Amino acid sequence: MNVMVDVEDTRRLEAFRAEAEAWIKANFPESLKSKLEEYYQNMPRYPDGPDWALWKERVRDKGWGTPGWPRDYGGGGLPTPEARIVLQAFTDCSAFNPMIGMGTSLLGPTLLEYGNEEQKKLHLTRVSRGEVRWCQGYSEPGAGSDLAGLQTKAEDKGDHYLVNGQKIWTSGSRFADWCFCLVRTDPKVKQDGISFLLIDMKTPGVEVRPIRTISGESPFSEVFFTDVVVPKENLVGKLNKGWTIAKRLLQFERNATNTARRQLAGDTRPLDVVAKEYIGTDEKGRIADPDLRQRIIKHMMEFRSLKLMQQRMLDETKAGQGPSEFTSVAKNARARIQQEREELLVEIFGQQGLGWGAAGDQFKQEEIDTTRAFFSNKAMTIFSGTTEVQNNIIAKRMLGLLDHQ
Amino acid sequence: MSLLTEEQVMLRDSARGWVKANAPVSAFRRMRDSENPKSFDEATFKSIAEMGWTGVVIPEAYGGSEFGYRSIGVVLEELGRNVVAAPLIGSAVGAASALVLGGTEAQKKAWLPKIAEGTAIAALAIDEGPRYAPDKIALAAKKKGKGYTLSGSKTFVMEGMAADVFVVAARTSGKPGTEKGITLFLIPADATGLSRKGRSLIDSRGYADLTFEGVEVGADAVIGQADAGKALLDKVLDRATAAVAAEQMGLAQQAFDTTIEYMKTRVQFGQLIGSFQALQHRAAYLFTAMQLARPTVDEALQAIDEDRDEVPELVSLAKAAANDFINYATREMIQLHGGIGMTDAHDAGFYLKRARVLEAAFGSSAYHRERYAKIIGM
Repeated sequence: MNVMVDVEDTRRLEAFRAEAEAWIKANFPESLKSKLEEYYQNMPRYPDGPDWALWKERVRDKGWGTPGWPRDYGGGGLPTPEARIVLQAFTDCSAFNPMIGMGTSLLGPTLLEYGNEEQKKLHLTRVSRGEVRWCQGYSEPGAGSDLAGLQTKAEDKGDHYLVNGQKIWTSGSRFADWCFCLVRTDPKVKQDGISFLLIDMKTPGVEVRPIRTISGESPFSEVFFTDVVVPKENLVGKLNKGWTIAKRLLQFERNATNTARRQLAGDTRPLDVVAKEYIGTDEKGRIADPDLRQRIIKHMMEFRSLKLMQQRMLDETKAGQGPSEFTSVAKNARARIQQEREELLVEIFGQQGLGWGAAGDQFKQEEIDTTRAFFSNKAMTIFSGTTEVQNNIIAKRMLGLLDHQ
Repeated sequence: MSLLTEEQVMLRDSARGWVKANAPVSAFRRMRDSENPKSFDEATFKSIAEMGWTGVVIPEAYGGSEFGYRSIGVVLEELGRNVVAAPLIGSAVGAASALVLGGTEAQKKAWLPKIAEGTAIAALAIDEGPRYAPDKIALAAKKKGKGYTLSGSKTFVMEGMAADVFVVAARTSGKPGTEKGITLFLIPADATGLSRKGRSLIDSRGYADLTFEGVEVGADAVIGQADAGKALLDKVLDRATAAVAAEQMGLAQQAFDTTIEYMKTRVQFGQLIGSFQALQHRAAYLFTAMQLARPTVDEALQAIDEDRDEVPELVSLAKAAANDFINYATREMIQLHGGIGMTDAHDAGFYLKRARVLEAAFGSSAYHRERYAKIIGM
């Protein structure tokens, strides 16, 4: 091991970190400081206001919304360690990346691997500059866990594809400009009849209908395609070879889930602090309910294990490799432990954790937000591949267990 | 930073190679069946010492390599995978740490080189009842002239039958349960008034109960500060506990690997049992749980090497995680093997037995969760 190079590397990166943080602190508008949650609530729509616009403009000019992408595509052109430092610096400075969304986290990395030069130039640049929002046209009413059973068809009409069908659970589609979509281009075979198509949401025949969920919010919609004309150049990769691309994108998605902050809505304090406030303490200063206290301890320790596991995975992929099947392990662990946290929080709140509607005299904002997150995060073990689908992936791809012969 | 250094990777590979060549599970089985009174094979231990693993936490000045705790963890994991019986944790980690951290120059010179070269075995004498409870130490050490007289008993001393010398936690003042009044002593096994009796446990290793009947020692037997040894004791116990957790992870990894292998060969209903989704998901849950447990152990050992303030809480996190996982992994190992796992001819029983002993050693999950909670103030 070359220790000298390591030391030099570390010094250089530390200097870069200081530089990045200084820039963010100097340029992040003061008025946006507490808007992080609002921003995430609004995802994937860009919020309004002059300060939002200013912040976006500044980050755009620096290419730091996508710091690791090539400059030719509007990115920052930074090597992986520096790019990671920029993204971390947003968080550490209580700021946020204004470009973040499915374009930066899902479509972008996928196009970098599978897109042709024209597609990369056009679409990556728009994402880097924050000009276009993307949504994900994957699930269908009849194709959830069995995603490859999808039926939305794209027929070859010579100079274009004609798309007909329906997508569901399409997050953010109400505000999206474009949709990356899995379509059936060969009905005779399953995985090998799927293609990866980019569709402009403004094309005639595209209709979006919001779905109201158990949390009372409508984060996703149904999307209907009726005789939608899509130019041939919007096909990514080869015809009928979309399944490989789709799976790669799902790895990026699980990875994004593992690091997402959206799930930390509501009361974000440590559970023991919240419990002491709501339940009180015994003569030794411990949480007064001994059974709940035990479960909180167990949960908090497991949460810490999760953090260590995530750190380990980060260290292991530091060499610049993309996410692997390990993302399935991380996704399952993260989703379960996060849901346990919200189950515990609602229990700790007692009936204060059961409020519905707007916050006010009776229910605090954190209580209402926690209850909402409790409901919406029930999706964590379902979206981007259910726990059961991830377990199939772990068993087959990681442990080498076979299907029935 | 939780990844292994190049040096540690080499250590792991050499340990893996050594175990394969010198100490497969069949060697442990032979040792068990031979009713060896020391409960480990002397030739195997000699070879372990020659590999340098008895000196990994001992400074070079005293004949060790001082590679550190993460490094001994790497070795213990590999030995754990094959249930290798050797007096390493009590001697080369536990007692050695007590001397390195608190010993006088004379004590270090007298014992550390011998521990490092494997010619002497030292043991930690802590427990006094069925449960690990270092806060409740009662064994009395009364001041007599310049020295002390020890009376009382110790139980379940790991490697206690083979030990040449004991690190004994005693009470020089105060009541059991109070922090002040703990003193560590270094007492040779042949001291007058000290007797020991073997205890057979399910894992076929050597455990002893010690009886102290007016054992007289000089002031030079004290390790660290007299009457204020709690801090040193905690440090020593954290190191031994983290070492146990490392062995547990090795044991668990192999229990898991053996089980997955079995699922890939056993046929029922005309299918490999590993192709049944009900079992595939059990394997996936088990694998995920292992990924959550492993980094806690590595982090605790790393924190010890870096002498971080958070060592106590990380060690408790690691021991609770390793305990819970090894318990789960060995239960699944037996169940997924079916009838064959119930037989003595199969190795599964060795893993289950060693697992339960290590779970109780240096604290159950309940103990460590409570300790963790206290440390973080809940």
